Amino acid sequence: MNTTDNKPEPEIPSFGLKDCALIAIATHKRADTLKELRDHIENLNPDSLYYHFWANLLLPHFEEREYINDFAGWVRHSLQDAKLAEQLAVLDPVSFNDLEELRHHLLECIDNRLDESEYLRWSHATQRFEFIRSQIVVFDTQKKVSEPREMSELIPQMSVSSVFYHFIDARRRTQDKVDDFRQWLAFFGETYQPLIDQLTGIDPYFSTLAELRQQVAATFQHFCAEQAL
Amino acid sequence: MMTMLDSYAAVTSRDVIRHLQQLAAPLKGKTVVHVNSTRVGGGVAEILDKLVPLSRELGIDTRWEVITGDSEFYQCTKSMHNAIQGNRVAIPDTLLAHFQEVNEQNAKQLRPILEEADFVFIHDPQPVALLKYCSNRKGKWIWRCHIDASHPHRGTWRFIDRFVREYDASIFSLPQFVQMLSHPAYIIPPSIDPLSDKNVDLTQDELDAVRIRFGIDPEAPMIAQISRFDRFKDPVGVIEAYKLARQFIPALQLVLAGGGATDDPEGEAVLNEVRFAAGDDPNIKILQLPPDAHRTINALQRLADIVVQKSTKEGFGLTVTEALWKGKPVIGGDTGGIRLQVINFHTGFLVNTPEGTALRIRYLFKQAQKMQEMGIKAKEFVRENFLLTRQLREHLTLMVSLQHGGVDRIELN
Repeated sequence: MNTTDNKPEPEIPSFGLKDCALIAIATHKRADTLKELRDHIENLNPDSLYYHFWANLLLPHFEEREYINDFAGWVRHSLQDAKLAEQLAVLDPVSFNDLEELRHHLLECIDNRLDESEYLRWSHATQRFEFIRSQIVVFDTQKKVSEPREMSELIPQMSVSSVFYHFIDARRRTQDKVDDFRQWLAFFGETYQPLIDQLTGIDPYFSTLAELRQQVAATFQHFCAEQAL
Repeated sequence: MMTMLDSYAAVTSRDVIRHLQQLAAPLKGKTVVHVNSTRVGGGVAEILDKLVPLSRELGIDTRWEVITGDSEFYQCTKSMHNAIQGNRVAIPDTLLAHFQEVNEQNAKQLRPILEEADFVFIHDPQPVALLKYCSNRKGKWIWRCHIDASHPHRGTWRFIDRFVREYDASIFSLPQFVQMLSHPAYIIPPSIDPLSDKNVDLTQDELDAVRIRFGIDPEAPMIAQISRFDRFKDPVGVIEAYKLARQFIPALQLVLAGGGATDDPEGEAVLNEVRFAAGDDPNIKILQLPPDAHRTINALQRLADIVVQKSTKEGFGLTVTEALWKGKPVIGGDTGGIRLQVINFHTGFLVNTPEGTALRIRYLFKQAQKMQEMGIKAKEFVRENFLLTRQLREHLTLMVSLQHGGVDRIELN
């Protein structure tokens, strides 16, 4: 008998539902020009970078998000530079190894644009950019699920901040930069790979957290219904 | 029996309340004291009126104390308020000395409570010096600035800063309002209470009664600014805008209603300027309402087709939030917290002049469908972002955060 046959199956951990609350803190760093923005970004605390790319999803915003990070929005609306705004808006923090690499790319985009446009060197923003950082408090809701099908019922009951924690904040915490659902489903082997692929296809940037919750729940529900057939 | 939390769950959602309960769990049994300078009138008193009992229901031992002062003290604090908002008038040293004396007198009475509390929230500049006279304090002290402090009169700010810098943290409504401080400056926009008399749904009979009482024509279009008679609210500018718009909307009615607050001695002078500007126009109603006229204010906001808040300086602008909650588009001054709430073509319009205000009044009355759509969006926007439960959540987060020091990520078990 092969000795590996006797090895117990690795235990699949249950999914513990957590929730979070986020609070914004002023950094006292402000920018009125693109050069000032650039210089602050160069020395910015990584948590502040995180805030302006991700955490702003938990803050009041109205309707459709035109740009996915605060820097792009400010460059477009307060400096009226559409070109740089588009270049900054395409930066996806998940596609970089870490926030330092993201910072490097941000600076490169801005430096290139400053080289191109003399106007932007002295152009004054209509509204000042305020750099913010955040503190996040994470707490356990005491809810746990052990089977992916249970997620279909659990997700619609999640708070929007819990959706933020598991679907967005997770990309910063997990080694593979994926959401907590995909990371957990990977424990089940190939069975749930199609579901993992479908979750990968959800773009979290352009919807509200409530809409995101609905999308994730529908993805689980649809997959589980198909499995049951 | 229905608790307050149950009532708020009905307006927000059960999830929102569950979230508060979980966040409050590590704070159970802690003592929290809020201190301000008036129990009635003004946004701070209105919020504390509900924030305090709600916190108690969450198991946090919370109380609300009010400092007392004489007319000289309130004259000083009103000047201080204006100076923080940018009014470049120095406050005489004698008044500043009296300010400290009044704080010291109040501290004598409140000291046992304040020194024992786990968290003390001091609201606005009036009681800011209490900390100086509570040297044996054991808890965390937080200064909550409800005012736009983005461009304060430097001399006055230096005076206040002597006290503020000793606090463990401060709270400002917007990042733009924050002054350089050595402690963490948290950003927490204020909120409205959807169940208060000022915001609760009213019956048609109650609306009709208010309409009749003030001689408002039900058939004619109506705009309203519901705000203290204060120069920064620019009520005279609203009258100018009304006069410009009326050239195109002859039946237009304007209601200017000001609720009083016991700590505002300047209101009467501004009221006289407003009366002078209005002249004998019968379509302008200038209403001076008592501080407890919450249901009347509520009705006036609901009776208006458009609510105006043409401030030139504004802390956050809770009157804007109230109007949005009632499904009204708001034409608001492009300043302070109004910018956070009024989104052009979505919840209303930001304006800078009486001319701009008149233009938007004309636009909205010509675009009835747009006006209705904006109203629906406005209400949902407030439900998501600016109700009392959100502010309470952020207070709880702040307290948990202060308990755990300055770390960016706090994991509770």
